[in-house]
Amino acid sequence: MLADKDRIFTNLYGRHDWRLAGARARGDWDGTKEIMDMGPDWIIDEMKRSGLRGRGGAGFPTGLKWSFMPKTESDRPHYLVVNADEGEPGTCKDRDMLRFDPHKLVEGCLIASFAMRAHACYIYIRGEFYNEASNLQVAIDEAYAAGLIGDNACGSGWKFDLYLHRGAGAYICGEETALIESLEGKKGQPRLKPPFPAGVGLYGCPTTVNNVESIAVAPTILRRGASWFAGIGRPNNTGTKVFCISGNVNKPCNVEDAMSIPLKELIEKHAGGVRGGWDNLLGIIPGGASVPVLPKSICDTVLMDFDSLRDVKSGLGTAAVMVMDKSTDIVAAIARLSAFYKHESCGQCTPCREGTGWLARVMKRMVKGEATLGEIDTLEQVTYQIEGHTICALGDAAAWPVQGLIRHFRPELERRIREYRDAKVRDKAA
Amino acid sequence: MPKLTIDGIAVEVPPNTTILQAAESVGVEIPRFCYHDRLSIAGNCRMCLVDVEKSPKPVASCAMPVGEGMVVHTKSDRANKARGGVMEFLLINHPLDCPICDQGGECDLQDQAMAYGFDRGRFHENKRAVKDKYMGPVVETVMTRCIHCTRCVRFATEVAGVPQLGATGRGEDMEITTYLEGALSSELSGNVVDLCPVGALTSKPYAFNARPWELRKTESVDVMDAVGTNVRLDARGRVVLRVLPRVNEDVNEEWMADKSRHAVDGLRYQRLDQPYVRKNGKLQPASWDEAFGAIVTKIKGLPGSKIAALAGDTVDAESMMVLKDLLTALGSGNLDCRQDGAALDPSVRASYIFNSTIAGIEQADAILIVGSNPRKEAPVLNARIRKRYLRGGVAIATVGDAIDLTYKYEHLGADAGLLSRIADGSHPFAATLKSAKKPMIIVGMAALTRADGAAVLAAAKSVADNCGLVKDGWNGFNVLHTAASRVGGLDLGFVPGAGGKDTRGILAGASGGEIEAVYLLGADEINTAKLGKAFVIYQGHHGDRGAHRADVVLPGAAYTEKDGTYVNTEGRVQRGLRAVFPPGDAREDWTIIRALSEKLGKTLPYDSIGQVRARMYYVNPLFSGVDKAQAADWKPFGAAGAVAATGFDYPVKNYYMTDPISRASRTMAQCTEEFVLAGSKQMTGTHG
Repeated sequence: MLADKDRIFTNLYGRHDWRLAGARARGDWDGTKEIMDMGPDWIIDEMKRSGLRGRGGAGFPTGLKWSFMPKTESDRPHYLVVNADEGEPGTCKDRDMLRFDPHKLVEGCLIASFAMRAHACYIYIRGEFYNEASNLQVAIDEAYAAGLIGDNACGSGWKFDLYLHRGAGAYICGEETALIESLEGKKGQPRLKPPFPAGVGLYGCPTTVNNVESIAVAPTILRRGASWFAGIGRPNNTGTKVFCISGNVNKPCNVEDAMSIPLKELIEKHAGGVRGGWDNLLGIIPGGASVPVLPKSICDTVLMDFDSLRDVKSGLGTAAVMVMDKSTDIVAAIARLSAFYKHESCGQCTPCREGTGWLARVMKRMVKGEATLGEIDTLEQVTYQIEGHTICALGDAAAWPVQGLIRHFRPELERRIREYRDAKVRDKAA
Repeated sequence: MPKLTIDGIAVEVPPNTTILQAAESVGVEIPRFCYHDRLSIAGNCRMCLVDVEKSPKPVASCAMPVGEGMVVHTKSDRANKARGGVMEFLLINHPLDCPICDQGGECDLQDQAMAYGFDRGRFHENKRAVKDKYMGPVVETVMTRCIHCTRCVRFATEVAGVPQLGATGRGEDMEITTYLEGALSSELSGNVVDLCPVGALTSKPYAFNARPWELRKTESVDVMDAVGTNVRLDARGRVVLRVLPRVNEDVNEEWMADKSRHAVDGLRYQRLDQPYVRKNGKLQPASWDEAFGAIVTKIKGLPGSKIAALAGDTVDAESMMVLKDLLTALGSGNLDCRQDGAALDPSVRASYIFNSTIAGIEQADAILIVGSNPRKEAPVLNARIRKRYLRGGVAIATVGDAIDLTYKYEHLGADAGLLSRIADGSHPFAATLKSAKKPMIIVGMAALTRADGAAVLAAAKSVADNCGLVKDGWNGFNVLHTAASRVGGLDLGFVPGAGGKDTRGILAGASGGEIEAVYLLGADEINTAKLGKAFVIYQGHHGDRGAHRADVVLPGAAYTEKDGTYVNTEGRVQRGLRAVFPPGDAREDWTIIRALSEKLGKTLPYDSIGQVRARMYYVNPLFSGVDKAQAADWKPFGAAGAVAATGFDYPVKNYYMTDPISRASRTMAQCTEEFVLAGSKQMTGTHG
């Protein structure tokens, strides 16, 4: 278990002052200029050595991503865009960082932008986060007033401007290129890659899009050293992570702990255990709505990190742990997720536009068992027809929960279909 | 140059080529819906997925640039499976109403479903239904068939420059629409029908008329403007049912203007299908012999100076050649092909053609438009200017009215006098032209039909000379014509001979009585009231202004009904072929004049169109260079004079009705009502 001294988000529960004075008391903005004095290359190198992997879901190494930006400025400015459009069902980590620790993010924006030679950074915040946007704006204003950002950020001579942009409520705008489109004032639809944003991003200029958490942890990593961060967790899955535990647990919570903590330990230590005890567990979605559900047998032993969850054909995603006990109608739960993806598909590319609707309709029937046994295979094939064939990852995200359901709960689907069929036969006979 | 392997074929292509283009270059066809080589890449249909070794997922070949050493399989199991899946997705919500769909037989979805579709459906839910949208008088919509490829959206935004099409809604509720459900206000709107890979957007006037396999296809040239759009005439029986563009990179790429495409129904109405002779003040049906007799009676014995001829806007070069020879034989030099009275100088070819060529627009880096509204006068050419504009690095300015040309330009002012200031370098735009590598000026008919048109032409020439518009390998002096026949007429010398009168002189002479007989060869755009008491012979295909005034009407053939040569505004000689025969007793125009010459005792020495063309080559060898735009020598022309500080009177007031065919067209009437009269006309409660 993570020691208190190793926590990065020391105000995750909002018990302390979130404004500049409180943030400074917790160590934020300490020696920011000294970090910047070490130079962009040193910063990127430290980030690489820390092993930090992107906290938005895909887990791409953050330092490596930063290094893709051009090393020198041309006539095209560089941009950092922070993805605060936290919309993944089950996820609420960024929200607490934004409202209780906004200065961590503001400081991170400065350092990351400096490392990537960006003079401007945009934070795209989910439109529903009204209070969070309000707190963040206060923090930005405080930082400007204190000279921490602005024309001469922290006295380093670096000009840095930070803008907050509120989204309008589309899940797809959390996809990095759709977010860029939306930020440019267009319909939020993902762009084709390549070109990647590091080459052609916001307004056609080199851009890096990072998750709130990835940026917010950067100052602490640089202050305490890459080796400190790399020493937590397993190799390739280093550092601390904020987990969001929800569902049928006794004490749902956000909690920061080390990567690679066993899932069972995470739930029992921090969330008061599964309602009715561990044996009452049916399954867990370990990383937000878009990763496949895991049955209890896997949950018993699996570690919460990118690699071990990938090995069990699921994923860490945003580390939103959704716990379902045996009272849960698992088919209805996944059907609800399918309905979500149908509603949130942007409609741009064929497999996702047409496939998500197909999945949602079949899943709706599966809840009652109003289907044939053969349709389970059709359903699974349809998910594979979507997966990997779309412009962005929303297609994959729609396919995976259904795949997980069929992989681990096929007998339940078959039972419902048989019962429904038998009931029909009985009705006719009567 | 990256080297890669596609289906085992090694290929080397320039960098930034996409896999799909590389595959095409070696003859490997990859199916696609959204990709179109003249539009931006959307990559949304996912039909072009291919298998690239070492790539974890199939990649969209339309959007993926080639890489060194790539190994691409377009027909592997993984690629075929991916495409089969996409095809199934496209079809689950597609209505499969092919038997009642106008796209049937020329539908990309139909064709590709044959190649990649399953033999049965697995989708048992209700299909999506989408409300149809109104997109104007020429585009019919059945939006349930839409596969959301967004080709139409990209065309409207990029090529047509009217960002009125877009998608609303998300996911499977996404709908393509003109946001406010208004008509697509572009002169190029008909092209979205060609672009639509399915039957969502079809041609409204052509709806339920024919199946593609019933049609006889003839290659021809459009005559509705001076661009010379290459077209294909699709006819069934004796009727041309539709006109489609042909690809010609030098002229129209593959676009076509709405009037060129949809005025074709005008060929069915108001036709002259037999000769008429005016008796007791009324036009009476007559036989060819009676009509010729009436002409002979009037003309025989008249001195040449009392006879005149005017050629109209859509006539072919052959009939102008024959009519010119007839007038010469009659001793008359009173002939003109410039019925609008434009001050074009026929003696120097470079003074009346679009010297830089239409394709040359793409190289220009400074464009000055004078007295022209290319959007209305030559929509396809305007699209080329927009294409150049979108690439950036071009300064565009206009002298004339502030009009919406679909691209941004600097409006220098409405006053033609500005031209002199640019010529003498006192206007700042002169510096822009001088510093440009390939500057051009586009002079429109509004500039040359003014009373001081000759002075405007001379001023434009001094702009060209003083600002370096003409240099080695580049001639940026361009005249944009509005009539398909004009350059051909000038090339043939259908202009006043020695001592002869031009259009203004002929009309003045007819009013004053010095000219007693006027031969109108399809000339309708003149003020017929000025013809006075003259004996008027009208030869043409529609009962329009000229025929109304005529004393003898000779029924001729429209451009779809004869083999003809047309020279477009660039001086490109192009040939159209006959698709159908003229109606009733109407005849091909050159044969009518040839027959008349015999009656007049001045038998012209040709009996076949080949002989007429041989005569044309003799008069001007340029005519033998079919399909070529031939450069003209830059020589002195124009008569310098004072340019009045006044604005321009644009020739195209209503884009949809500029000639007898479009005036007779019902579709064009609907377009006029929708786009030209809308707002200016009070609708009554019972209207429509």
